[in-house]
Amino acid sequence: MSASLSPNGQAHHEEPNYLNVTHTLKSWLLTGDHKRIAILYLISISVFFFLGSTAAGLVRLELTSPTGWLMENDTYNKAFTAHGVIMIFFFLIPSIPAVFGNFLLPIMIGARDLAFPRLNLLSWYLYMIGGTLALIGILGGGVDTGWTFYTPYSSLYSNSQVTITILGAFIAGFSSIATGINFIVTIHKMRAPGMTWFRLPLFVWAHYATSLIIILGTPVIAITLLLVIAERVFRLGVFSPELGGDPVLFQHLFWFYSHPAVYIMILPAMGVISEIMAAFCRKRVFGYSFVAFSSLAIAGLSFFVWGHHMFVTSQSMYQGFFFSLVSFLVAVPSAVKVFNWTATIYKGRVYLDTPMIYALGFIGLFTIGGLTGLYLATLGTDVHLTASYFVVAHFHYVMVGGAILGFLGALHFWWPKMFGRMYPQGWGKFNAMLVFAGFNITFLPQFVLGFNGMPRRYHYYYLYPEFQVYHILSTAGASILAVSFLIPAVYLTWSLIKGPRASANPWGAHGLEWEVASPPITTNFVTTPIVRDEVYAYDEVDEYEQVQGTEEIVHPTRTEDKH
Amino acid sequence: MAALHDAHAAHGHDSALHHQFEDIEQQNESYVVGMWAFLVTEVMFFGALFLAYTLYRWAYQTDFFYAAAELDRTLGAVNTTILLISSFTMVLAVHFAQLKNKKAVLINLALTVGAAVAFLGVKSVEYKAKFAHHLYPGPNFEWHGEGNPNVIQLFYSLYFVMTGLHAIHIIIGIIAIGCLAYLHFREAPSVKDDFVPTEMVGLYWHFVDLVWIFLFPLYYLIPSLSRGGH
Amino acid sequence: MNYPIVPPRASNLALEHDIVFYTITALTVFFTLLVGVLVVFFTMRYRAGNRVNRSRPVHEHLPIELAWTITPLLLGIMVFLAGAKLYVRQRTPPPEAMEIFVIGKQWMWHVQHSNGVRENNTIHVPLGKPVKLVMISQDVIHAMYIPAFRQQFQVYPGRYTEMWFTPTQVGKFHLFCNMYCGTQHSEMGGYVYVMPPDEFAEWLDSGGNDVRPTGFAAKGQQLFEKLNCGSCHGEKDTPQGTSLRGLLGKERRMKDGTTLVADQDYLVRSITHPYEHLVEGYGQEMPAYDTLTPEQVLQLAAYVRTLSSEGKASSEDALKTHSGSAATGDDNPAFGAYEHLKRMDQE
Repeated sequence: MSASLSPNGQAHHEEPNYLNVTHTLKSWLLTGDHKRIAILYLISISVFFFLGSTAAGLVRLELTSPTGWLMENDTYNKAFTAHGVIMIFFFLIPSIPAVFGNFLLPIMIGARDLAFPRLNLLSWYLYMIGGTLALIGILGGGVDTGWTFYTPYSSLYSNSQVTITILGAFIAGFSSIATGINFIVTIHKMRAPGMTWFRLPLFVWAHYATSLIIILGTPVIAITLLLVIAERVFRLGVFSPELGGDPVLFQHLFWFYSHPAVYIMILPAMGVISEIMAAFCRKRVFGYSFVAFSSLAIAGLSFFVWGHHMFVTSQSMYQGFFFSLVSFLVAVPSAVKVFNWTATIYKGRVYLDTPMIYALGFIGLFTIGGLTGLYLATLGTDVHLTASYFVVAHFHYVMVGGAILGFLGALHFWWPKMFGRMYPQGWGKFNAMLVFAGFNITFLPQFVLGFNGMPRRYHYYYLYPEFQVYHILSTAGASILAVSFLIPAVYLTWSLIKGPRASANPWGAHGLEWEVASPPITTNFVTTPIVRDEVYAYDEVDEYEQVQGTEEIVHPTRTEDKH
Repeated sequence: MAALHDAHAAHGHDSALHHQFEDIEQQNESYVVGMWAFLVTEVMFFGALFLAYTLYRWAYQTDFFYAAAELDRTLGAVNTTILLISSFTMVLAVHFAQLKNKKAVLINLALTVGAAVAFLGVKSVEYKAKFAHHLYPGPNFEWHGEGNPNVIQLFYSLYFVMTGLHAIHIIIGIIAIGCLAYLHFREAPSVKDDFVPTEMVGLYWHFVDLVWIFLFPLYYLIPSLSRGGH
Repeated sequence: MNYPIVPPRASNLALEHDIVFYTITALTVFFTLLVGVLVVFFTMRYRAGNRVNRSRPVHEHLPIELAWTITPLLLGIMVFLAGAKLYVRQRTPPPEAMEIFVIGKQWMWHVQHSNGVRENNTIHVPLGKPVKLVMISQDVIHAMYIPAFRQQFQVYPGRYTEMWFTPTQVGKFHLFCNMYCGTQHSEMGGYVYVMPPDEFAEWLDSGGNDVRPTGFAAKGQQLFEKLNCGSCHGEKDTPQGTSLRGLLGKERRMKDGTTLVADQDYLVRSITHPYEHLVEGYGQEMPAYDTLTPEQVLQLAAYVRTLSSEGKASSEDALKTHSGSAATGDDNPAFGAYEHLKRMDQE
């Protein structure tokens, strides 16, 4: 980043941006522009998020009564399966990489596009095909296996629409692989002159690590799901004991991907948080190289922890030792990140704008999510807690508290860049705090439920009515959470039409994406930038401001946006 | 932003170059990295199956030997030879693409496709025999020889999944090579001025070949115990 | 309204579990507060516009990075060791543990005691005695979960798993299926009743509350007759089959020249996989009874065992012997066999 803040695209403000350069539907559906594909993804994953949340809402409503009051067993089982399948395969895994990674990665490294634009478009179509198939299964009859598709239940016993749903997840896997390959090539080969590896924004490092996990892990789940389909349709028994197979092998193969998949969801969010922390503390992220390498460490170690999902299976005790120990190791780089973010605030210049509140919320919730993971990495306590509500609470802290807060933070941070409009800050800040509150009310009680032995995926608990209090509390929190997901939908949509225009750099942040116009032009840059400086070069500005000693730091671009 | 490098001026006349790349070297390096990344996913894809094979063979060694006796080693060896030859013709095609010898490229690509089709032909003969003997997994599976029929069926499940997926890769290879040959025939600049796309298709083809090099010994060359009572 | 804060601590494993649990809780609370307080404090102090000393900001500091890398690592390894120690205990039943046979099926738990007393969705166990559940599933994967005992293990089709505990508190405790198994998964549960040992013995002798006192071996005899096993396996060895009288414990010569002692494992294995160990002089005459449920195989094995107890041909007699020596582990015909079955990784 050159020291000069003069935005590359600003001189060409009249030039059409990527949104209005063409207007036909065809120009969107056949686009190769990474930014348009990102918008396509944003729209589609929002639809899936809405569907997945609806299923979650049904589950939570049903659980307010120990005997249920809305639905039958099968309907309930289909509802929680729909929630899991949609949220994991069609929201969380693509969410940040496919939307913000797609949009920002080329801009952040000074490229005109991803390396393979057509592959990128293909990835969106694969996602849509996969998503449509899964929805046909979920809405047209339903699936009742849980998102984990454990055999032999999924292959030989379930009478629901398992095949088509698995096929959907299988195809979506290739969408993910296409994105992963594209990112890896782009980061390796498309960096602008001067954009060395250690000048890369941490967001890019996080996506690099994520892409490594995607290309190493996703093919394994793809083939595993294919084998389940083969077993179900052709009775090619690889996992079912009655056909000669071993169901524990399925669990191994499934978690070989599905544990690293957790990091596919959380690493990009961590990248987002690093960007937001730097921008709103006006300070370089503390321990840049540690934060960058911790992403790679997580990616590497994530492939050797899958067995911690299997401490109460017939996996041997000694395998258990290995997987438990490595699970503790993988916790360390996550802890390092949290400490580094905290240290970033120290001596920073903190602006509590909406994205920053999401980022601070993320740090809190992810800390709890990460630390409660220790209970499940510990062999002895996992025996008691595995598959209980404790697990449910833990992974929601990581996935909602982590990944979704990261997603919302990213959305609020880069929204002005993507659409060139500002949203109302008051609503944004209020909503960020509402999410935080609603989330904790929903999921804190579930830790208690789990410790007391409430199993997950239970429809009725009339034999155990003492759990009802916690379920009601949790549902109350979930309703707050539901409102807090609707509010941004309203004000962000409003901002598209009525929001004040955003400047190229409304937050006063550093990074190539803030030097191009908002919204960017189709080729991102008029001329290929040459990078001469590290990415988080905030200090000169800070020193300048210090000399001034003003009470209110007035950033020229910030004030413009605020009236 | 002191020194500005006008990228658009630098390209535009080079029609093999896509707009997002600065120059042809960057584009070719991207192809190479992309192809290898893709092959990594393919390795993991087949890797899971090889893992399943290894585990089950470790658990049921003897039954696997009984089951493997039914596979036709001669046909397997013929197919291995066919694929090795096809890899050689593919290498020649890449070589001639570097030399911009259109005719030789087309001949070698045609030979490669021909070998691939021959491979599929032999494979279908083998599959047909298995179906005739009810050696396909499912309710109609029959096994009268020694060994646990359930495990024999498992062996054939793995056999059909792994060789079937390999065959699908062969078909994809035929399509890819066909498209490549068409582009060469049309003298499209993307393949005429730049041999890297040809090399990439070749890389894929060698990978498909390599998978078979593992499948052949694991299925056909393991000790086969003759079945009794058939 | 009644709501639990902590689960009852009703087994020998519970306290050790809770010590590890609360240790991690302490770490969790400490680090959450540490990060939370620092984040809030720094945010307040360094708000833009506050006049504070921001001179010489630090961006890299190796010692501090190493400190907060190594500290969590060491703490983690300590917790790992504590958890691993507990895990070894959780997964290693004492040899004298009383065995109870559990079959999971959609959607009930089917429980059989060593003397044949059966119950569904409840398990009666004596206080202070180690109990080992030997578990198998008839269909999909289930998991036996007893929170008050802090114990859980998955239950598979075609493979035996075990889970043990020593109840330390009299009472009624929840028992769950904790591996999603279909429509009525949430109703596949019940109670563990922990009784004082004398009461338990009485309960067992009276045949339980709601159970038919048909012994395992008696069931096996019915099956033996139904399947007409006796036509080949009669009083004496014939060309069709060997006699099963006094078979147990004998050394047998195999076709391939090896010898092995006819133990329970061999018995069970010979029913389901008769060709694996062919006795010298015999071919593949016997069909593999691999369509029998694991339960039926064990019943048959139990009956064959009675044929070997001298002078006690009656299965009911033999049964008394077993219930008397229920704690002898592998010698128990009904349940000793699972050891071998566990090793056979099929059906």
